[in-house]
Amino acid sequence: MWRNTQSGWGIISILFHWLSALTIVGLFVLGWWMTDLGYYDAWYNQAPWVHRSIGILLMLATFARLGWRLIQPTPHAEGNRLERLAAHVGHIALYALLLLVLVSGYLISTANGRGISVFGWFDMPALLHGLPNQASLAGDVHWYSAIALMLLAAGHAGAACIHHWRYRHTTLRRMVNPKISQQRH
Amino acid sequence: MMKKTMFATAMAAAAIVPLSQAQAADYQIDIEGQHAFVQFKINHLGFSYILGSFEEFDGQFYYDADDLDASSVEMEVQVNSLNTNHAERDRHFLSSDFLNASEYPTATFTSTGFESTGENEGVVTGELTLHGETQEIEMPVTLMGEGDDPWGNYRAGFEGSTMLTLSDFGIDMSDFPEAMHELELYVTFEGIRQ
Repeated sequence: MWRNTQSGWGIISILFHWLSALTIVGLFVLGWWMTDLGYYDAWYNQAPWVHRSIGILLMLATFARLGWRLIQPTPHAEGNRLERLAAHVGHIALYALLLLVLVSGYLISTANGRGISVFGWFDMPALLHGLPNQASLAGDVHWYSAIALMLLAAGHAGAACIHHWRYRHTTLRRMVNPKISQQRH
Repeated sequence: MMKKTMFATAMAAAAIVPLSQAQAADYQIDIEGQHAFVQFKINHLGFSYILGSFEEFDGQFYYDADDLDASSVEMEVQVNSLNTNHAERDRHFLSSDFLNASEYPTATFTSTGFESTGENEGVVTGELTLHGETQEIEMPVTLMGEGDDPWGNYRAGFEGSTMLTLSDFGIDMSDFPEAMHELELYVTFEGIRQ
């Protein structure tokens, strides 16, 4: 139940997936909103603080998630050969874009060598700083890669819907129900 | 005999040269040893000041104590090298809200005149290009010192500061209090005589 099998996802992978999805969309909306706040808005400093804190937690969770993904079995892909290839490439691109968004965001706030306070609980140290024009370049990468991630995530959700309603695959159900991982296929 | 005379003349000349403080010369700003700073100071909502520094720039000047009217200076600043000790603020300052550094990556100053106003003091007039807008500015400057340095060069050092009204350079500060509409630009450097 906790672990993945060839048939389906275990609880840990399922939780990683949906909590990440919720957090990623939430951070995107928060980021979109907060960058339009005026200097005198009460949220002008507070919203980025929350965005940075959650972003760092998501980054750490994503490292753990990728570790889990690599040491655990991956359920078999469904669909024809082309669809399976597209799914494989799409998933790698989702992970790559997610990492790009996370790392570029981290590099904005740490560009001068100052760490990022995560809700005041601990500081994520600046590991890479002082690159030429780091904050501005990382900011541009952060913005465009976040938009690309949202578009790809929409495609990802659309593909899941096609698997579920058109082909009647277990693709979407097994990302919800860990019991499917216990079934033989 | 002839050789001896020449030698003596050369020795005499060598002895005289160091005594003379005044020599026409081109100077290169000491970037290698980084004895040069371009800084600014701007009010923050009436509470305090934000201090910032441009870390990458270069320039040269002409300074001859015997011919001060011929003094001139040129500098070019890489706007993206701005540092206010806060990465996100730097990014904001460099954005199109303020300096728009991606569109206007350099700021330049080229002097057009110099007027001596007293011993070791004067006013440099010149064209400052910032945010793509060129304005004539005046900057009072002080010669702080000149002479042989301990490492075999001859150097001269200056400082100067002036107030800039940001709207003169097309930077819109109307959302901010009056106190933030202008900033103090402070420059100090040593030049090494070439």
